[in-house]
Amino acid sequence: MIIGQIKDGIVLDHITAGKATQLYEILGLGDLDCTVAMIKNAGSKKMGKKDIIKIGQIIDIDFTILGYIDPGITVNYICNGKLDKREKLVLPERIKAYIKCRNPRCITSCEQEIVHEFKLADREKKIYRCIYCESEAPRQYK
Amino acid sequence: MRNLIDIMQLSVEELDELIHTALDIVEKPDKYAECCKRKKLATLFFEPSTRTRLSFEAAMLELGGSVLGFSDAGTSSAAKGESVADTVRVVGCYADIIAMRHPKEGAPLVATRTAGVPVINAGDGGHNHPTQTLADLLTIYREMGRLNNLTIGFCGDLKFGRTVHSLISAMSRYSGIRFVLISPEELKVPDYMISDVIEKNNIPYEITTGLEDSISKLDILYMTRVQKERFFNEADYLRLKDSYVLTPEKMKKAKEKMAVLHPLPRVNEISVAVDEDPRACYFKQVLNGKYMRMALILKLLEVKI
Repeated sequence: MIIGQIKDGIVLDHITAGKATQLYEILGLGDLDCTVAMIKNAGSKKMGKKDIIKIGQIIDIDFTILGYIDPGITVNYICNGKLDKREKLVLPERIKAYIKCRNPRCITSCEQEIVHEFKLADREKKIYRCIYCESEAPRQYK
Repeated sequence: MRNLIDIMQLSVEELDELIHTALDIVEKPDKYAECCKRKKLATLFFEPSTRTRLSFEAAMLELGGSVLGFSDAGTSSAAKGESVADTVRVVGCYADIIAMRHPKEGAPLVATRTAGVPVINAGDGGHNHPTQTLADLLTIYREMGRLNNLTIGFCGDLKFGRTVHSLISAMSRYSGIRFVLISPEELKVPDYMISDVIEKNNIPYEITTGLEDSISKLDILYMTRVQKERFFNEADYLRLKDSYVLTPEKMKKAKEKMAVLHPLPRVNEISVAVDEDPRACYFKQVLNGKYMRMALILKLLEVKI
């Protein structure tokens, strides 16, 4: 399968195999007018299998959420067909307004205006805790 | 401007400083009698707690300040649906410092964002209760003469017991500490406390269900109540509420210098007959709580003596 190079845009590389569809939804790529290619289960020397997303224009990306879902991703910015900038994602220290705290005893459960926020408690185990009640982030968000 | 939401916001040096101030207050109360003249403490208690509220109020009054507030969410604007942020924003216009208890975890943290004055967490659900830990620390220091090289047993509800979690976190920073964690299977210390606090600080610990087998090793026995308000299911509460009862019989096996602590109120977990034992320190703890709250108010209001 051959997918051509892009002139100006973004390549999300080294996505964990199987996560591209989730990222496609979260980044709202379905709403873009430009070319978007999603490659699943591409061969990778480092990862065995990986997913890749190519976006045919430069868009604002929420690296915080991207880093939380899949911290191994490499973001490549392409200008005039050449690599302009490369960013390697890491697990963010804080995540706002993405993960919802499920603890019924948490203040966020009864005050709707409070923005749900989680902090990284253990980088190795990828554990996030609610900044209000310290409950662990539900696993389903990953 | 400082707040106190979690005991871990205070460094070991700051805890030492608070203990030093509290001991000075015990020795020379007159020196502090007018330190907070014309200062006001607001006690915002969205759930009932006679003991903690009175302790805060007594602390402020003994510093020469005055108090205002409410002791039940039903008598506050929360009953009309006002948010915590708005309530404390208003109260911050009247008071110099706020002590707040709320049934929801994290409510005092929310309060710090809009209060405009220091906020003290006086208990948020089953989460944190840092001034109880201050009372515990002063009691341990006054009874044992040190905060290091101690074997501390926690007994009862170690799952929902916020005072247990706070004291474990605070004591984990001192050297030579060992923990004995005594509870029924259903009320064990949460895994994250074991991994993130106890094991992370390389503290030796054992988990057991037997109080009688462990009591002889302990320098401190911290008893807790199984709290009805933390259970969603009454049947579970009834099954577990009388898991451990400390009696004079069990105290015979304990060290001569062991100190028994309890955050109070107690229900059945310490027999009234133990009260006369010189090792029963839970009522001294109440008084120590007031001294530490006085020291804390002085610190947060940045009052120079």
